[in-house]
Amino acid sequence: MTYTVFWIFGVIAMGSALLCITRKNPIASALWLVVTLFALAALFVLLDAQFIAVLQVLVYAGAIMVLFLFVIMLLNLGRPGPSDIKGPLGLGVAVVLGAALLFLLQPLTQTTLPSAITLPPGSVQALQQQQGIVGSVANPLFGAYLIPFEIASVLLLAAIVGAVVLAKRKL
Amino acid sequence: MLLGPALAISAVLFTLGVLGVLMRRNVIVIFMCVELMLNAVNLTFVALAQNLGMGGQVFVFFVMAVAAAEAAVGLAIILAVYRHKQSVSLQNMNLLKDG
Repeated sequence: MTYTVFWIFGVIAMGSALLCITRKNPIASALWLVVTLFALAALFVLLDAQFIAVLQVLVYAGAIMVLFLFVIMLLNLGRPGPSDIKGPLGLGVAVVLGAALLFLLQPLTQTTLPSAITLPPGSVQALQQQQGIVGSVANPLFGAYLIPFEIASVLLLAAIVGAVVLAKRKL
Repeated sequence: MLLGPALAISAVLFTLGVLGVLMRRNVIVIFMCVELMLNAVNLTFVALAQNLGMGGQVFVFFVMAVAAAEAAVGLAIILAVYRHKQSVSLQNMNLLKDG
């Protein structure tokens, strides 16, 4: 059952990602990307990452994609015009490189993890039962990963300052 | 288990993102394809976190923070370039190219 649902959302994610990169209109592309992000959130739930799934919907599908759509509409790019997809040569090169990459990534699907570092099945669910779904992410985040967390806050501050400076009328 | 399918879907999504970057000329669409690649990697992290511990989910959190910062700064750069060039096509952004 879980397996079937997983593949259904996986196919939705892959199909809408394909539509995202092939639509001529950037607004259509952005909306198909939102569908991909929602399908990925469903996959995260099935992989025992409910908190990450909520973050995915709030941060990606909510904040980041609204920012993209805002910029597309601000620049008035939604109107019909010539396609921005490259010609036959560029397209051919892209497809060949993509196929090569897929061929190289294909062995990933047969991954077997070494048993010495693998947790017993169900241990993530047990941890979530014990500490709570948010707590099981928050404990390592504010413990072992505290310094990376602080660095991420500095990064976000730099991004805020950078965005304000770049958006000024006179650069 | 779901590890194999998750890694397969992740590989396909990453490839689609690369394909989008290679075949489009609109900077904003290329930027969205970069986000697609980041999401494919997030799926890998979450799938492996199920077997290897919660560190993977914490890393997804950091990837999201970096992606949000990148989107804010990147879109501000695109806006600044658009004001300068009146275009978001990569063909018109060749200032560093000879001739």
